[in-house]
Amino acid sequence: MTDTMLSVEGVRKSFGGTEVLRDISFSVHRGEVFGIIGPSGSGKSTLLRCITQLERVSGGKIAVCGETMVEDGPDGTARYAPPAALRRMGLKIGLVFQNFNLFPHFSVMRNLTEAQIHVLNRPKAEAEEVAAGLLKRMGLESKASAYPCQLSGGQQQRVSIARALALHPEVLCFDEPTSALDPELTGEVLKVIRDLAEQKITMVVVTHEMDFARELADRIIFMDGGVVVESGTADEVISRPRHARTQSFLGRFRR
Amino acid sequence: MQFWPMVGDLAEGLGTTVAIFALTLLFSLPLGLLVALGRMSRVGVLRQAMRLYISVMRGTPLMLQLFFFYFGPYYLFGWRLGDLGFWGIDYRFIAVIIGFSLNYAAYFAEIYRAGIESIPVGQWEAGKILGFSRVQTFFRIILPQVVKRILPPVTNEVITLVKDTSLAFALSVMEMFTIAKMEAAAHTTMVPFMVAGLFYYVFNFAVAAGMEWFEKRLDYYK
Repeated sequence: MTDTMLSVEGVRKSFGGTEVLRDISFSVHRGEVFGIIGPSGSGKSTLLRCITQLERVSGGKIAVCGETMVEDGPDGTARYAPPAALRRMGLKIGLVFQNFNLFPHFSVMRNLTEAQIHVLNRPKAEAEEVAAGLLKRMGLESKASAYPCQLSGGQQQRVSIARALALHPEVLCFDEPTSALDPELTGEVLKVIRDLAEQKITMVVVTHEMDFARELADRIIFMDGGVVVESGTADEVISRPRHARTQSFLGRFRR
Repeated sequence: MQFWPMVGDLAEGLGTTVAIFALTLLFSLPLGLLVALGRMSRVGVLRQAMRLYISVMRGTPLMLQLFFFYFGPYYLFGWRLGDLGFWGIDYRFIAVIIGFSLNYAAYFAEIYRAGIESIPVGQWEAGKILGFSRVQTFFRIILPQVVKRILPPVTNEVITLVKDTSLAFALSVMEMFTIAKMEAAAHTTMVPFMVAGLFYYVFNFAVAAGMEWFEKRLDYYK
């Protein structure tokens, strides 16, 4: 079994005439926490959306667990794998959204079981067992029958993490998981992500929490203007940045 | 004029009124959803065709449309559909159901469209990320939320439909308004109109109460 869970090579993406991603390359290994930092508009969310197939790349190669999802065709345009393969690879990559995107008309339990039952064809009892276990891990066992609108932002985000985990993805992506939360609620979400890191769940985290990134990420890339400006270990990129752009970006987080 | 026999005749007509009402909803609610999906389709021809359909149905009188479906087959093609029988159902009644269903589908389509477009794109994206197909996402995630949001405008249309059923008098279908008109003319009295008006009001009162109950039932989430 390959140790590279996700590999991104020379990925490009443009919207109309605007190039949002230019020649992005990196790879994520099993059990690693991979951080992506950078200013707003640097393309980090778009990158995550390309990896999770919410956007299509304009060019370059992405492979999931050794299987090619997209690569450059002979005519230079992006050539995607057939739909069935894309679906299979999509299930290997989970995503936690910035604004949760829970299903408001389902209870917490059903938010966690719906895809297990209707996508993975798990029996209902088994799906509920998986969901109950995850809710317990998230400290939300008492909220199984609540509806998302009855929960705090931090609780909603923990439910959405549990919802993603219920499908046992190989790689779990986070798109600024605490940006929509009040400061006093970010802690409970970061704690959950910390627990997942301890369990060696492979994660790609786009974040604005620099302290958190330094503490948790094994490796980090700093993006600006659609390119990877700097990459390395968390300590290298955040504590001893070499590039002027990284230094000025991180300078804003120090007082 | 005797009062109670007249009320009995009107009540009989009310049965036909309710039948027009119920059958129109039965056909136009699903048809409206199909029209809405066509109207939002990525296929340009389909989208334009549904636009035209909605435009014509909303832009011409319902009464004219009823005449079109009743007389059209004979005037245009020489078909005498009235002679076909249709399991003993008068073709007038069938023409009314066709006209009402096609007309109301156009209005419902635009309500559905507004509802579907009001659902945040994040719901579609969450569905996709979790591996649901587009069809699964639509029926499991999107449509239930749409139903909750469109209930108030749908209630408006449904209440209008109760009153619009009286247009069937144009094809002499024996519904309540047609009978009220005949009785009033025969006895030169306003009473049948007043009784019919009361019946319409009670009918709509029940419809509004039913829709309110349905809305309350969906109140468990925001």
